[in-house]
Amino acid sequence: MAWRNLWRHWRRTWLTVGAMIFSNGLLIFAMSLQFGSYDMMIDNSLQAYSGHLQLQHPRYLDDPKMRYAIDDIAATAARLRRELGLASISPRAAGFALASSEERSYGLQIIGVDPAHEPLVSTLPGLVKQGRYLEPGAAGEIIIGAALARNLKVKPGDELTFIGSGFDDSFAAGVVRVVGIFESGIADLDRALAQVDLAYFQEVFAMQGRGHSLTVRAQHIDDVETLQARIAALLGSNESILLRHWDELQPGLRQAIQADMASNSFMYIVLIVLVAFSVLNTQLMSVLERTREFGTMMALGLQPGRLSRLVMLETALMTALGLVLGIFVGLIINLYLSRVGFSYPGMDEVALKFNLPERIYPAISMASMTLGPTAVAVGSLLATLYPALRLYLLTPIEAMRAV
Amino acid sequence: MSSIRCRQLCKTFKQGDEIITGLDHIDLDIDEGEFVCLSGPSGSGKTTLLNAIGGLDTPDSGEIHMGNIRVDQLERGPLADMRLRHIGFVFQAYNLIPVLTAQENVEFVMEVQGLAAAERAQKARAILEEVGLEGMEDRRPAQLSGGQQQRVAVARAIVSHPDLVLADEPTANLDSVSAGHLMGLFQELNQHHRITFVISTHDKRVMRYAKRLIKMQDGKIIGDEAQES
Repeated sequence: MAWRNLWRHWRRTWLTVGAMIFSNGLLIFAMSLQFGSYDMMIDNSLQAYSGHLQLQHPRYLDDPKMRYAIDDIAATAARLRRELGLASISPRAAGFALASSEERSYGLQIIGVDPAHEPLVSTLPGLVKQGRYLEPGAAGEIIIGAALARNLKVKPGDELTFIGSGFDDSFAAGVVRVVGIFESGIADLDRALAQVDLAYFQEVFAMQGRGHSLTVRAQHIDDVETLQARIAALLGSNESILLRHWDELQPGLRQAIQADMASNSFMYIVLIVLVAFSVLNTQLMSVLERTREFGTMMALGLQPGRLSRLVMLETALMTALGLVLGIFVGLIINLYLSRVGFSYPGMDEVALKFNLPERIYPAISMASMTLGPTAVAVGSLLATLYPALRLYLLTPIEAMRAV
Repeated sequence: MSSIRCRQLCKTFKQGDEIITGLDHIDLDIDEGEFVCLSGPSGSGKTTLLNAIGGLDTPDSGEIHMGNIRVDQLERGPLADMRLRHIGFVFQAYNLIPVLTAQENVEFVMEVQGLAAAERAQKARAILEEVGLEGMEDRRPAQLSGGQQQRVAVARAIVSHPDLVLADEPTANLDSVSAGHLMGLFQELNQHHRITFVISTHDKRVMRYAKRLIKMQDGKIIGDEAQES
């Protein structure tokens, strides 16, 4: 009976179901795109420099001093690569220095990297826009960020001198030739980061084979937790090395995503409330115009609770229809966009500027496909509580007298 | 179960500032198996009395007993259950459910009672045949004439052989042949199944079938006499 009741006013039913389909499709599309953009944001940020995981001295993250280092870091990296069967593990050592060109001096962070493995954990080597990246074992070469190069007024081929403090608090000084200038689109990196060969760094900064981090990049962001567990198992009870998740390495990234989710949630809630009101309107109209009929049913002995359930069932059927068709529409849109990607006018310029992909690809997941439609379904059912309550409180004689 | 006892039954309605008396201290006893007609002019209280006996409306004061049950004190749930299991209603305006076919309308009460689908269908078809609607089982109310709708309403009221049938102007839209046929059916159910009938009517043809005629005016019973049918 509930099903037949729905089609008494098929235009009205389809309008309501249509609103559900539209909102479900829109929510699925928007959420998938949103999650896709987060994946892109996370990947882009982590691939630029920090990687998905890092092994560090336990105190290094909170207090990044030279002395909080890992011994024999290159050998440790080689052992992990071998035991995990994963090439994308690269050792780094970091120090602060004052760099001077012929005209100017600027503070910078010098990172000693393994040029053979660094491109596997970071996109930075691929972002060298002038000159080239470091060559393995080449002492006295440096690459610097574009903003730093502008500030120091240097170009590939120019020399820089730097002076800093070594592991043993000795002076660490060197003369290096700029071989490449990178543009990451991340202001902090472009303004104050430089990379040299790890062995050269260890020699100049008196590191004696030590380093400050082993940067690990998983095949995919979804594999990070599994990889983390495997590395933790390999480390065992080694208390001199701590494994850090990207959440800890870049806490701002998670916060930025959470802030974005909160602001988008508001928009989603508005949409869901609008649909719920549409359902409320439909069901209230429907109940009002059938009051006499409901009175008859009650007079014949139908319990008021069963009448309320009838109206709830009508909404549930509409919701189910909206849910199935909405998910279908959302899935079709997502499948299409996951092939061709999504873009908007001006996005290519932004992408170029910040070194982002030119298209966003929706992330099709159980959460993105079901969260929105579930909320619409719950909202719709909640909206029917009022008409159902009105029915429950009706008396047969009042209802049968209704015009 | 179906003996009815009303004591000092009062009911008033408010219409604007005016108070209208629906029932004025009604005392009435109807035994099981009686065939009673309520007659009187419009506004005399016939429908109000039927509604009160059937538990559709609550009296302002007084008592209604149906067998051992105090109808006027029942909660909504048990009251609905009592109507479902013991009373059949024929409403003046048919009150059929528009989305259901004639057969489904007749099956409605049995469905709520929990009867199996096959048994419901068989009983519904039989009673529709009995009221002269064979071949119209699949028609919706909108596809039936007023008289045909009234017959569906009657079929719905009697199909599950309730203890009591309360009928409000059941022949109002029937021609004399159909009315006679319907009253014959009521009479047969009354005699063979001891179903109690309380019928409100203006129709002299209907009154002739009653074994007891109660006359009402201004919410009061002004005459109560047995008659030969």
